[in-house]
Amino acid sequence: MTSQLDSIKLSNAQIAWRAAQDIEDGAYVNLGIGFPELIARFQSDDKDVTYHTENGVLGFGEAPEEGEEDWDLINAGKKAVTLREGASFFHHADSFAMVRGGHLDLAVLGAYQVAENGDLANWSTGKGGVPAVGGAMDLVHGAKRMAVVTDHVTKKGDPKLVETCTMPLTGLACVTRIYTSLAVVDVVDARFVLREKLDTIPFDDLQALTGAKLHIDGSIAALQVPTL
Amino acid sequence: MAKVCSTLVEALADIDDGMTIMIGGFGGSGAPIELIHALIDHGAKDLTVINNNAGNGHVGIAAMIEHGMVRKMICSFPRSADPRAFTQLYLAGGIELELVPQGTLAERIRAGGAGIPAFYTPTGFGTQLAQGKPVAEFDSKSYVQERWLKADIALIKAEQADRAGNLTYRMAARNFNPLMAMAAQTTIVQATEIVEKGGIDPERVITPGIFVDRLVQIADPVQEEALNREDARYERAAQ
Repeated sequence: MTSQLDSIKLSNAQIAWRAAQDIEDGAYVNLGIGFPELIARFQSDDKDVTYHTENGVLGFGEAPEEGEEDWDLINAGKKAVTLREGASFFHHADSFAMVRGGHLDLAVLGAYQVAENGDLANWSTGKGGVPAVGGAMDLVHGAKRMAVVTDHVTKKGDPKLVETCTMPLTGLACVTRIYTSLAVVDVVDARFVLREKLDTIPFDDLQALTGAKLHIDGSIAALQVPTL
Repeated sequence: MAKVCSTLVEALADIDDGMTIMIGGFGGSGAPIELIHALIDHGAKDLTVINNNAGNGHVGIAAMIEHGMVRKMICSFPRSADPRAFTQLYLAGGIELELVPQGTLAERIRAGGAGIPAFYTPTGFGTQLAQGKPVAEFDSKSYVQERWLKADIALIKAEQADRAGNLTYRMAARNFNPLMAMAAQTTIVQATEIVEKGGIDPERVITPGIFVDRLVQIADPVQEEALNREDARYERAAQ
């Protein structure tokens, strides 16, 4: 199943593209480090979106040219960024007031596991080593929409959408939408509701790759993305 | 009233072993590298260090750890491009870690400076990082009680200071610096430029001088990122 799956599933760029389509004009958005950052690349020019980074910048833009970096102007991933018109700087307590205070429209993070009640595990595999949490536990609280971008299953083929997270939790009942490599799933009243799926995967196969029941509420749309 | 020191040695003179030290910065931006390196030369040990991270490469906080000065780190993200200094000592049991979610770390420091001994936050509720902490429900939602953080010393990097101790910061180098400046018994600031009183428009002041104890001018501060790109390694200067 895994090799078959590899041939049909979306790439990370395609998942990011799909997530970008849902960002509203005028939104304030925080994108987690790594995979979620890809979403900014697919933001269409007709939408005015302001990106927030935990370390105290609203309205940052793409990376500068090599050699043009200013190391006082970085994002939460410690990467050099640039400023867009209308940008602002603030200290860390104000930055997290924006987060917890409900001022962001959308936060997008990666995931190890998401449970059907919206619990998220994404900061620790629980296997030892050096634990690190950063802003993940704060970001899951407060944004009006809290989305996840992820492969539908782990590299081993285990479901990442589960009944109950077995890994250490980042936050309880916080996820509202999941963009996976096979589907778009909402968390509604502590259950997974399937909104979109790839035409190339039958529902029963998708359910078999999902660790909790996929509910249907109205029609299931085709998950369509461009070749990227 | 803030005192202008002519040397880093003078600015750091009475730091003792066992103190708790807040160090501003997020990664390299806003990190007071010259103050940190002068503290390595000073040689205080058995320190508790509060910073967002736990050092990168072999300079700054990583160099403090390599010099055996740090007993405990309080931070949110002890990983970096090159986290070996902390990682190796931590896995060998040679350094303690108190892991704090980043927004909670910022608010605990702010609370420390503001005289608020504890507060409730949604962050961490139901997770390992809230274990053992009091919880309470407000308007049918659950919150975790977190306590203030205070320090003996704060090491701060500012852009401009005036002789009254008023500070400005440069872009995202602000981060934890204004919060830490409020939360320490003694706040020591390296500024790129120190100007006369009145030299900073009051409308532009970010940290009012009441929070600042000592100033030292470092006209051309190094960036941690630049040092790491050169594979720099800070070694304690011979006494």
